[in-house]
Amino acid sequence: MLDVKTYNSPIKVTWCPGCGDYGILNAVKSALAQLEIHPHEVMFFSGIGCGSKLPDYMNANAFTTIHGRSLPIAMGTKLANHDLHVICITGDGDGYGIGGNHFISILRRNPDIVHIAENNMVYGLTKGQYAPTSEHGFVASTTPEGSIEIAFNPLATAINGGATFVARGFSGDPKHLAKLIMAAVQHRGYALVDVLQPCVIYNKINTYDYYRERVYKLEETAGYDPADRDAAWRKAHEWGEKIPIGILYQAAGVPTYEEQVSELRVGPVAKRQLAPLTGAQADALRRQFF
Amino acid sequence: MGGPTRARDTKAGTRAFIGGEQRGEGINDMTIRLAGEAGQGVESGGAGFASALSHGGLWLHTHTDYMSRIRGGLNFFQMRVSDRPLWAHTEGVHILLAFSPEAVTDYGPHLVEGGALLYDDSLKVDQAAVTRRKVQLYAVPLTKIAQEIGGEKIMANTCGLGALAGIIEYPFEFVADVIKKNFARKGDAVVGGNLKVAEAGYKVGRDQYAAKFDWKVSPLKDRPDRMQINGNQAIAVGAIAAGCRFMSGYPMTPASSILEFMAGHAKKYDIVVKQTEDEIAAICFAIGAGNAGARAMTATSGGGFSLMVEALGLAGMAEVPVVIVEAQRPGPSTGMPTKTEQGDLLFALFASQGEFPRIVLAPGTQEDCFHTTVRAFNLAEKWQCPVIVMTDFYLTTMTRLIPPAEFPIDRVTIDRGELLTAQQLDRLAEPYLRYKDTPSGISPRAMPGHAKAVHQTCSDEHDEYGHFEDEDRANRLKMAGKRWRKFQHIVDDLRGPTIYGPEGAGLTLMGWGSSYGAMREAVDILNARGTKTNLLHFVDIWPFPEAQAAPLIEAARQLVAVEGNQSGQFAHLVRAVTGRRADRMVLRWDGRPLSPEYIIEQLEEAKVHA
Ligand SMILES: Cc1ncc(C[n+]2csc(CCOP(=O)(O)OP(=O)(O)O)c2C)c(N)n1
Ligand code: SF4
Ligand SMILES: [Mg+2]
Repeated sequence: MLDVKTYNSPIKVTWCPGCGDYGILNAVKSALAQLEIHPHEVMFFSGIGCGSKLPDYMNANAFTTIHGRSLPIAMGTKLANHDLHVICITGDGDGYGIGGNHFISILRRNPDIVHIAENNMVYGLTKGQYAPTSEHGFVASTTPEGSIEIAFNPLATAINGGATFVARGFSGDPKHLAKLIMAAVQHRGYALVDVLQPCVIYNKINTYDYYRERVYKLEETAGYDPADRDAAWRKAHEWGEKIPIGILYQAAGVPTYEEQVSELRVGPVAKRQLAPLTGAQADALRRQFF
Repeated sequence: MGGPTRARDTKAGTRAFIGGEQRGEGINDMTIRLAGEAGQGVESGGAGFASALSHGGLWLHTHTDYMSRIRGGLNFFQMRVSDRPLWAHTEGVHILLAFSPEAVTDYGPHLVEGGALLYDDSLKVDQAAVTRRKVQLYAVPLTKIAQEIGGEKIMANTCGLGALAGIIEYPFEFVADVIKKNFARKGDAVVGGNLKVAEAGYKVGRDQYAAKFDWKVSPLKDRPDRMQINGNQAIAVGAIAAGCRFMSGYPMTPASSILEFMAGHAKKYDIVVKQTEDEIAAICFAIGAGNAGARAMTATSGGGFSLMVEALGLAGMAEVPVVIVEAQRPGPSTGMPTKTEQGDLLFALFASQGEFPRIVLAPGTQEDCFHTTVRAFNLAEKWQCPVIVMTDFYLTTMTRLIPPAEFPIDRVTIDRGELLTAQQLDRLAEPYLRYKDTPSGISPRAMPGHAKAVHQTCSDEHDEYGHFEDEDRANRLKMAGKRWRKFQHIVDDLRGPTIYGPEGAGLTLMGWGSSYGAMREAVDILNARGTKTNLLHFVDIWPFPEAQAAPLIEAARQLVAVEGNQSGQFAHLVRAVTGRRADRMVLRWDGRPLSPEYIIEQLEEAKVHA
C-alpha cells in the first residue's frame, strides 16, 4: 500500500464545505494507494464542472479537457498508450448530457477505462440548473415549474449499451466507494462507477440524509450475482424507498477494445521510434499509384 | 514525336491532319469526357481509359464531377491528355462519350467546335444541344455490337472505349492491356469477350470517324512509371511518410477517402485508425493521442470542422500537437456536397474563442499535399499547436501524373521538436514544468507516463505546472504571452509565396491552395499572347508570411486576386496584413473549379490588360 499523501496536490480545493466531491476525492486516492498505482502510471481525464476539478486536486497525470469531452480524449490517449491506467471523471451534465453521444459510444467499445461520474443530479458549477439526471419535477432556475423530462438512467443505459462493469457508489461512504473504484480499476474493460454525490448548495432533494435512509449494499444482499445481467437490469431500475449501491453488473472475459486493435499487439504506438520509411516501403507505397 | 495532335486551325475549318505529327498551330492536347448516370461505369471506364493513355507515356489530368447520390443523376469523368505535364483541366471538351440523354443535354454545350459526341445509337438525344455548334455526332451501335459480339449488353461501355480509341487512333494494344488487367479477376471468358467487343468498337471508330476527327493521340517513346494520384491520397501518403500513428475521423465528403486510405494501410504502416461517433469525438480522439505522444490527425469538411471548433481551441490552449485536414466544399451548411469551393479560409483562420497559435496551410498540387502534410506534422510538434491543412473537393479528387521522384517518401525529415526522451527525463534535476515559460514560448514536452514528469494538461488558464490558475492577472499575462510568442516565431518557419512567370510583369495573379494549376496555365497562356503576367501562389497562409510576401505584393503593378469563393477571402487577409488592396478579383463560387479559361475570360470581361 502506498501513502495516500503521494497523491496530494499543492492546489487548494475550492469545493463548497460539505460537497460530496470530497468523499470521491478521498476514495480515489485511497483506491490508488491500495492498488499501489503510482502517480505517473495513471492519467485522469475530466471535463468541466465542479466535479471535473478533481484531477487538479491530485498529484497524477491529468488532462482537464472541455465540457463533455473527456471520454473521447481519454479514448485517444488509451489507443495511443495503453500502458497508462486511464480514469475519467465526469459530472452528470458533463458525462451524460453534453457528452451523451460519447457515453453511449464508449459502452460498445469496452476500452480499459474507468469512468467515475459525480452524479449530483444538478448543474453545480453553473449555479443550479436542472441536469439530465434530475428527478422529474425538479425545480431549478431554468425549470421554475419543475422539469418536464424524466430522469436519465445511466446504469440501465450502461447495461443496455454493452458496458462490462456497472457500479453505483455513495460519496457519503468513501470506504465502500474506494472498494468499488478498486474493482473498477482492476476490471479489464470499461467500468462505470456512478456516484451519488450530494450537492449541498443546489440540490435540496438528493441530500446525504436522503441517501443514508435509502441506500443498501448489493454485496450484502443474499443471492445477488453481478454476473446476472437480468438481475442487474432490475436493480438499475430500483429507485425510491430503496437504492442499491455496489457492483450491479460485471461481465468476465470480454476483450477490451485495445486488445482487438492489431497495431497495438506489439505495444503502444505512442512509444514507437519515428523514422522515415525504408526505401522498400516507400517504393511499395508509390507503386500503388503506377 | 507522339502525343495528342491538333493538326488544323479550327477557324479555317480545313481538315488535314496527320496522326502523331503536330501540324499547324494546334493545341497539342485534348480533353475527353465520359458522362452518364451513377452506376453506368463512368468512373471505372474513365479510369481504365486513362491508364491506357498513361501507359503510352502521355501526361494526364483527370477530374470528376458527380451528384450526391448512389444511383442515377449525372456524373462525369474527364481526362485531359498531352505530351507535356499538365496542371489544370480545360473547360472545353473535344470528345464526349455520353451514356445518357442528360449527358448530352447538359454537357453537349461544353464540346468545342469540331469536337465530337460519341453515343449509343439507341439513345434518344437532344441533337439541337450540339448540332448548332458545329459539333459532330457519332452514333455508334455500341449495345448492339456488345450483344452480338460479346453476348452481353453490359459490354457496351467497353465498346464505347474501343470506339474512342479508334477515333483518336490510339493503338489498340494499350486498350487491350488494360482490359486484360482489369477483367483478369473475372476469368478468361470475360476478358476475351471484352477484348472482342473493344476491338469491334475500335474498328468502327477508326474506319468510320477517324478521318473526320481532328485530334489524335499517339504514345510517346519514353514511358517512365508515373504516379497517378489525387490530393487526398497524396495527403495520406504524406501522413504515412511523416510517421502518423493515429487517425480518427467521421465520414464527410470530400474528406472521407483519407480516412479510408489510412484504414486500408493501417496494419502495414502501423497506424491506429478510428471512425468515431461524430467529428467532435474525431478531433478529441486525435488530441488525446497527440497529447500522449503519437503523431495524430483527423480530416473533415467544413461541417465537421464546425463541430471541431471548441476542441480546436483546446488544442491551442493545452498546446497539443494535432493535424486537421479541412477539405472544403461549398457552404453554407450542407451546401453542395459534391462540388468545390474555397469558402472556409477565414473560418479556419479564426475558428474558436480567444487567441491562440495555429498554423494554416493550403497545398496547391498533389506534390504540395504530400510535402505540406509532412511539414504539418513537424510544425504541429515543434510549435505544439493545431495545424490545419486546407484542400477542397477539386484537389481531393483531381489526379495528375507525377514522376515518383516528386514523392521522396523515404527521405522526409521527421522533427519532433522539443519532445523530451525518457533518458532526458531520467536526468531531470528540477520539477518538470509542462508549460515552462521560455524565450521561444515552446515548453519542452514530456509524454505522460514518466515518473519524473507527472504533469497536468489544462483547458482552463493554468500555471507552468498545468494546474488551474484562472483568476490571477500576472499568471494570465505570463501564459498568454508565452503562447503568443510561439505565434510570433512560427512565421520564421513558414514560406512566402511561390512565384511563377516573369519578373516585373504588368499583371500579377494572386491565389492560394488548389487554384495553383489553373492560375499557372492561365499565366502561360497570357504570356504566350504577349501579356506579361506572373503568379504569387500561397501555401503557407497563417501566420501570414508577411516578411516574404509583402514586398512581392507591393511590387505587383496590377494585382488580381483569384479565388474559389464569393468574397475574396484571401484578398481580405492580404489587405488586412499588408494594406494592399487587390486591384481586381476573379472569383468563382458556382461549385465548379477555377480553370485557365475561366480566369482569362473574367480578365477579358473586366478589360484587364497589362
Ligand atoms: C460548451 C460548454 N457549454 C457550457 C459550459 C458551462 N458549464 C460549465 S460546467 C456546466 C455544467 C456542470 O454540470 P455537471 O456536469 O453536472 O457538473 P457539476 O458542476 O454538477 O459537478 C456547464 C453547463 C461550458 N463550460 N462549456
Ligand atoms: S456547488 Fe454543489 S457540486 Fe459544486 S462544489 Fe458546491 S456543493 Fe459541490
Ligand atoms: Mg452535476
